[in-house]
Amino acid sequence: MAIVSRGFQGRRRPSDHRLPPGQYEVHDFPVLSAGPTPRVGRDIWEFTIVTEAGVRHSWSWPQLMALPAEDAVVDLHCVTKWSKFETRWRGVSLDTLLADVETEADYALVHSYGGYTTNLPLADLMDGQAWVAFHYDGEDLDPEHGGPARLLVPHLYLWKSAKWVRGIQLLLQDEPGFWESAGYHDYGDPWREQRYQGD
Amino acid sequence: MSQVTQTTQLFPHELDVPYVEGDHEDGNALAGPLSEIFTVDVTSAEGRCVGCGVTGPVARLHVYGPGPGLVARCPDCGEVVLRLVRGGGAAWLDLRGVVSLRIGLGE
Repeated sequence: MAIVSRGFQGRRRPSDHRLPPGQYEVHDFPVLSAGPTPRVGRDIWEFTIVTEAGVRHSWSWPQLMALPAEDAVVDLHCVTKWSKFETRWRGVSLDTLLADVETEADYALVHSYGGYTTNLPLADLMDGQAWVAFHYDGEDLDPEHGGPARLLVPHLYLWKSAKWVRGIQLLLQDEPGFWESAGYHDYGDPWREQRYQGD
Repeated sequence: MSQVTQTTQLFPHELDVPYVEGDHEDGNALAGPLSEIFTVDVTSAEGRCVGCGVTGPVARLHVYGPGPGLVARCPDCGEVVLRLVRGGGAAWLDLRGVVSLRIGLGE
């Protein structure tokens, strides 16, 4: 569950920590990769939402920085079974980015620089559940962790929080992403331990 | 304020960016995981990449992982050649990046 605040006032006590089934806690920040790391300069970086009608809403890096940002303190749950508590991020809410987007879509396919994709219901990107995050722990997000910006959807397994996010394709029908087309669960709720297809 | 535009390319520059090689192993790292599925050593097989047409042994691929799964990429063009996910009592094997494999079987 995300806690959003302007000044981290919402930080939880360690005793509030809960591990989803099958997970263990880590204190470092493991890096998992399915390929080489894209180095995307902020001068060429762009984030685009494409509707099912083909209408494009794009933001350059300066345009993203001009939007209202939020601080979020969230727990991360990786499908490889590690969880990391109270990670601190700053980013722009998808509610802000989707505010002027007219769509009838129910599904989203997230695209990353480097070709990675992941799918999720559009509803899971709304109502304060997701951000395009560009700061981690008060610093610019390292490329190894998805910088300059990554999607952050902490209520789902971390493979849904696409590193090096490039854009979101809004779809009327669900379309599996990179891991979802290779055995991983279509939705990926850590609290229901939805790791693999059929879970 | 966003810019609303129309274009034929869905996400320009999605792949056209500089890359830094991350930690990866060569294709010999596939030998153990693939031995659960095949009775022959597939790492010595010769394959042709769908992306660039180059042929070479599976052992020459660049393998990332192991989690969430093994991803083997062409060392020449970087395209995904093979993916292997193991879990939940099953294996998922994706060979979409291989035109064909020549597997030596002897006479």
